[in-house]
Amino acid sequence: MGQQIFLSGVLMQTAWLYISLFLIIGIIVPVVPLLLSWLLAPKKPNPVKQSTYECGIETVGDSWVQFKAQYYIFALVFLIFDVETVFLFPWALAMDKLPLFVVLEGILFILILVAGLVYVWRKGMLEWV
Amino acid sequence: MTFALLIEWLIKGFVLVLVLLGGFAYLTLYERKALARIQVRIGPNRAGPWGILQPIADAIKLIFKEELIPAKADKLLFILAPVVTLVPALVITAVVPWGSEIMMFGRVITLYIADINVGVLYIMSVASIAVYGVVLAGWSSNNKYAMMGGLRSSAQMISYEMSLGLAFISAIMLAGSMRMLDIVEAQRTLWFVLLQPVGTAIFLIATLAEVNRPPFDMPEAEQELTAGYHVEYSGMKFALLFMAEYDKMIAISAIGATLFFGGFRGPFVDTYPWLGPIYMLLKLVILLFGMIWVRATFPRIRYDRLMAFGWKVMLPLSLAIVFITAAGILLAEQVNPLLIWTVPALSLLAGVFTIAMIDRELRRKEYARA
Repeated sequence: MGQQIFLSGVLMQTAWLYISLFLIIGIIVPVVPLLLSWLLAPKKPNPVKQSTYECGIETVGDSWVQFKAQYYIFALVFLIFDVETVFLFPWALAMDKLPLFVVLEGILFILILVAGLVYVWRKGMLEWV
Repeated sequence: MTFALLIEWLIKGFVLVLVLLGGFAYLTLYERKALARIQVRIGPNRAGPWGILQPIADAIKLIFKEELIPAKADKLLFILAPVVTLVPALVITAVVPWGSEIMMFGRVITLYIADINVGVLYIMSVASIAVYGVVLAGWSSNNKYAMMGGLRSSAQMISYEMSLGLAFISAIMLAGSMRMLDIVEAQRTLWFVLLQPVGTAIFLIATLAEVNRPPFDMPEAEQELTAGYHVEYSGMKFALLFMAEYDKMIAISAIGATLFFGGFRGPFVDTYPWLGPIYMLLKLVILLFGMIWVRATFPRIRYDRLMAFGWKVMLPLSLAIVFITAAGILLAEQVNPLLIWTVPALSLLAGVFTIAMIDRELRRKEYARA
């Protein structure tokens, strides 16, 4: 039994090793065409070409403008819900092995999530004004 | 680890990447052809018979195009952004099983890159990296349109990510494992789309938003943002962003096929393992056609409604789906295995209730006026 666990651990490590190898191959894929076009494509820059594109109108002021605070609020709410979703993963995985009360606790956790959503909703945070 | 194994890995990795790149090239042609047929046109038919050489012509054109980098842009991030967008789209496919095992050259070749026990979690985490690329592309261009596109895109992607995660959870609960192979194996008798139809629908809608496909293509809305986050990109860098979008489509369809449509399973796949990739390809083509069909059919939805749909419809519905699935599995275990059928019944009920609520909401006066 102990050796089996050890062996599956080694297998898991080789799987991750393989993924990291695949990641390197994945990085090569976008870099090669970039290099290729850097070698082959013509380069004749001039100030008009390099100006910011705005359908022919010259850009007024800075482009990194202030943006709606709503985006920030959505990001905050997202953070809470995403973390809670990740907490649900191990529970969902072990559903059939857990005793009944733990499963019910998981369901209670979902209900707390729902309560949070209702609170956010009632506070009007989900309105795009 | 032996040298032969390393060579095998390298070859398999390169083959998968090449398949994905070829898939991207021909997916663009497939989309153009399908869209053309839906709009009663013929579509590309000049380069080669039936236009099958069109993707190659496009690639050659894009390599020889001059690349413009705006003077005001952040050069490093501007070049990095397409790479950051494309790499997760490729790497996410590492855990997708395209088949079980085949014998080739006297070796047992597994038709997947890695078989890890947290496959679904891996997909979740790699998928969320893709947001960075889009945001970086939008921000580094130093362009107002690109900035708006990047912002919209990030808000939209994170809003639909939770529904996506909860749809994953419903599949995990039904399979009792996060390993992709176990999930495929659990669908030997019954596909999860039949057990959890509403979860599948949530997955399909949320993935449309995740890959910025119409009708959720707000970041690229031509009429208001010209092209959104990639407005300043040209030549090969534009091609890479484009490639990332289509590879994400392929990857997400493969994941959807694995989680809900039986993966590589089909008739006779146990006796002839090489049928696995063929079934997978068949399911991919059908799911991708669904995406193209949706693009041809639905107009883009307004941004406030998009966010409202994500937060007020998709999220509560997917929470309800997780709740129903958990309760159904509990009932099936404690009382009677046949009670697992309460899951699709109650889910469909929840789905119909949601649609009725949307209908009621849309009939209210304030929307009628607008």
